[in-house]
Amino acid sequence: MSELSVSMSAAGGLPQAPMLPEAPAKVTVRNLNFYYGEHHALKNINLALGTNRVTAFIGPSGCGKSTLLRIFNRMYDLYPGQRVTGQLMLDQTNILDPKLDLNLLRARVGMVFQKPTPFPMTIYENIAFGIRLYEKISKSEMDDRVEKALRGGALWNEVKDKLNASGLSLSGGQQQRLCIARTVAVRPEVILFDEPCSALDPISTAKVEELIQELSENYTIAIVTHNMQQAARVSDKTAFMYLGELIEFDDTSKIFTSPTDRRTQDYITGRFG
Amino acid sequence: MYIKRAQGIGVAEMAVQSDVIDDAGPYDRAKALSAFKLGDITFYWITRLSAISVLLILGGIIISLIVGAFPAMKEYGLSFLWTQRWAPSADPPVLGALGPMYGTLVTSFIAMLIAIPVGLGIAIFLTELCPQWLRRPIGMAIELLAGIPSIIYGMWGFFVLGPFLANTFQPFMIRIFDGVPVLGAIFAGPPSYLSLFNAALILAIMVLPFITSISVDVFKTVPPVLKEAAYGVGCTTWEVVRSVVIPYTRVGVIGGVMLALGRALGETMAVTFIIGNSFRISSSIFAPGTTISAAIASEFAESDGLHQSGLILLGLLLFVLTFFVLAAARLMLMRLEKKAGN
Repeated sequence: MSELSVSMSAAGGLPQAPMLPEAPAKVTVRNLNFYYGEHHALKNINLALGTNRVTAFIGPSGCGKSTLLRIFNRMYDLYPGQRVTGQLMLDQTNILDPKLDLNLLRARVGMVFQKPTPFPMTIYENIAFGIRLYEKISKSEMDDRVEKALRGGALWNEVKDKLNASGLSLSGGQQQRLCIARTVAVRPEVILFDEPCSALDPISTAKVEELIQELSENYTIAIVTHNMQQAARVSDKTAFMYLGELIEFDDTSKIFTSPTDRRTQDYITGRFG
Repeated sequence: MYIKRAQGIGVAEMAVQSDVIDDAGPYDRAKALSAFKLGDITFYWITRLSAISVLLILGGIIISLIVGAFPAMKEYGLSFLWTQRWAPSADPPVLGALGPMYGTLVTSFIAMLIAIPVGLGIAIFLTELCPQWLRRPIGMAIELLAGIPSIIYGMWGFFVLGPFLANTFQPFMIRIFDGVPVLGAIFAGPPSYLSLFNAALILAIMVLPFITSISVDVFKTVPPVLKEAAYGVGCTTWEVVRSVVIPYTRVGVIGGVMLALGRALGETMAVTFIIGNSFRISSSIFAPGTTISAAIASEFAESDGLHQSGLILLGLLLFVLTFFVLAAARLMLMRLEKKAGN
């Protein structure tokens, strides 16, 4: 709880995260453009996600934050008429390579969505399902992995007695943590959070935020959020996007205390957006 | 518009407006309500009578079936169910329902065996894999298939499909399984234009649109984000369909299958044309047979007395059979729900 109150006190807009040294880039974006049919949705994006750092994407609705996130795991590939140009590297792998095995990419780059999306199966199966796609392990090993993942999702204590209940029987906040646990279970390198708390109550939100900070010890994290306090609380770096362009990308403390661009300042002080 | 106007009016003006409303005197809500009340009561009774009429019609049909079937029930008793011989012109007439019941169950079973995988396959292709330009033509073809009157299926089955199967598929299967235990008996010769299998195949084509269009509709109800989540942990399309789409829509899909099965059990015209109307039970699915509805359709016009009563009893049996199939489906659904942990 003490940690929680500290992070809550940051809600005033003053991030208290200690300054971290620059991390080597995990994901590198160069001259990235994205089109929905004719609509030019992302314009010349350049940035890098630091290894084991949390990068927050903020900006008004429709600015392209979520679009950018969905390029990182090629989710846009599911829909015809969407295309991308430029360069996007995950370590040495070219994410945009048309020959890339998408299933393996998505094992390396996990995603948590705005609304909780438990699969229509039991809590246990929700976790085991993803693991089984990649590994053949015994029942007892699987039990271990499921427990570990649920602990990783800060959910174990709440569900350990009802692992065979439907994932849909959990509350919204629990479902979202189940989805995080499911993502972690596959052992990805990068986790993408697309407004993970927008459907949650404040207590669940606090839990998820805490979880994100814990996860950043082992994973590279990108989070899209509409909640600027949340960006300030959880992230190391913040990218401000506006109308498909990356306006400013810097340390979170700098973005929220002394932004260089006028538009960033207007947005974080609530003058538009 | 309203908001703009409200912004345009000053606070004072708004106060004036509300005064105007007050001046109009107290609005007689009670009087207005009592006028509505009569409408409400009328509405309640109209809907209630509509609902009750379903029970009355159902009850009327059951009672008239039982009354019509009573002489045959009294004459044959339960042995009606396991007598194979059907000799209405014998003296006294000998009537047994085993042949038609067997034919009904076997043709429906084979039809579902063919139609379920094909129908689901089409639905999965249409919703998950099909390129956009091909979606409409296939979807429309499916709907047109559902719109073809059953008599046309019957003619087509009689003049085209029957001869085709008897010259190609049937001899092929008979040759392959010749001498194999069990299967050899199921696919035994000689080939025939009129057979249980032909009828089942036509039934499969007829119920295919039901399974497909209902499955397509329920597959479309899967939230895109749920599918994305499954793709997001690295599922292939097949894994998404098997582990997310079908479990999520299970109830709807089974509903579609049951609707199709109900149609297959009761389908009359097309089956009467091509099943051969033989009351003898043969182990081979290439032999002629009959179904309950085909037997009734082909004999009812020339029947009287005990024969007619026997046919009505057959109808009652079909009614009961369909009821049990639907009840079993409900039970199965409930079990599935429980297993899924809801």
